[in-house]
Amino acid sequence: MVINKAKGFVRFFSLAVLFVTFFLISAHQPALAEDTEEDGKFNPSELIMHHVVDDHKWHFFDGHFGTLHLPIIVYSKTKGLDVFSSSNFYDEHHHTVDYNGYHLEHNKISLVGDETSVYDFSISKTVLMLFIVSLVLILIFTAVAKAAKRNKGKAPKGIQSAIEPIVIYLRDEVIKPNIGPNYEKYLPYLLSLFFFIWIGNLLGLLPGAANLTGNISITLVLAVFTFLIVNFNGNKNYWKHIFATPGVPAPILPMIVLVEIIGVFTKPFALMIRLFVAITAGHVVILSLIALIFIFQSWSVGFGSTLVVVFINLIELLVATIQAYVFTMFSALYIGLAIEEHHDDH
Amino acid sequence: MLLSLLLEGFAVMGAGIGAGLAAIGAGIGIGKIGGSAMEAMARQPEASGKIQSGMLIIAALIEVIALFGAVICLLIAIA
Repeated sequence: MVINKAKGFVRFFSLAVLFVTFFLISAHQPALAEDTEEDGKFNPSELIMHHVVDDHKWHFFDGHFGTLHLPIIVYSKTKGLDVFSSSNFYDEHHHTVDYNGYHLEHNKISLVGDETSVYDFSISKTVLMLFIVSLVLILIFTAVAKAAKRNKGKAPKGIQSAIEPIVIYLRDEVIKPNIGPNYEKYLPYLLSLFFFIWIGNLLGLLPGAANLTGNISITLVLAVFTFLIVNFNGNKNYWKHIFATPGVPAPILPMIVLVEIIGVFTKPFALMIRLFVAITAGHVVILSLIALIFIFQSWSVGFGSTLVVVFINLIELLVATIQAYVFTMFSALYIGLAIEEHHDDH
Repeated sequence: MLLSLLLEGFAVMGAGIGAGLAAIGAGIGIGKIGGSAMEAMARQPEASGKIQSGMLIIAALIEVIALFGAVICLLIAIA
């Protein structure tokens, strides 16, 4: 027992010596940091914005082969359809130049001298990430569907055993209680919604990945899908509650109708904003903490900041799953409210 | 020139105060949820699984609102 205590003490002591040496070094040596600025001073807001917004090229690392220049597809009335690589817009010093009558400024393409913007259908970073996420989803779910058909009645194996409990959980705890007896019609949409948002959130957390679900256009489209499904499947009871709410005295009925109509739009709007803000703010927090390293330029800040960034990344994993779950649960709830039959408790 | 500098300074100061207030709101909200979740788990330890998952979900909803405020303040400070 004395030997073990001595070994433990030696281990602790050597670790303590290591830490003290480390922090003593940090007082005398600035860390090497890459310059992301032409004028030499590090600009954290540009770093954050550059990683969060959409872009016409995908920057993985510095150097000649580190940037993937994505195709630009523009259509304008004067010049028609034009397809070219976005590398035409950049010269050797990474300044933007005009090309073929098009002018690129802050990721907006416009005609030279005209300042009106053209219709931009480019495969941008977010679009490419959308394709990648869709491909991942298709690969996973065709494998799971084939396995489910093959293993009918037997225990699931492989990737089916990972996906099937999640599907069963969503069906039994989220979708069936909220929608009721007619739930199978909406099951494909809601399950696709959950897995798309979940995989999109998770892949967006990888370094070098694009911010897919933190793009407000993507969340807008998802919210519009829910809005359309809710309102096209709303039965007479649903519309009666909006336009002729039972039990309301006639003088305040117009106000109630106005509030209900606004409510039809604010519910999907809240879905859109919730997902967008949660994911974008998560990325901004992580990027700000990493930018701290470059602002202070010291080893100890780098060490501490890395620990905090790892911790926040773990929280972001949780947030990714929870936001996907919340979006799906609220969609199921709204669909359920739209198709429920009349209860006689008013 | 001085006026524009002053206005820019006010904007950034407003952004900082706004982000701080948003953080206070989130802190109070999530603190209340955590407190009542702890109390409920102490009263009935068998239900702690359900209470914990409910707590996480509601905490995520409240956190989103605080982050909403923080992102708006960030936009004010940057642009």
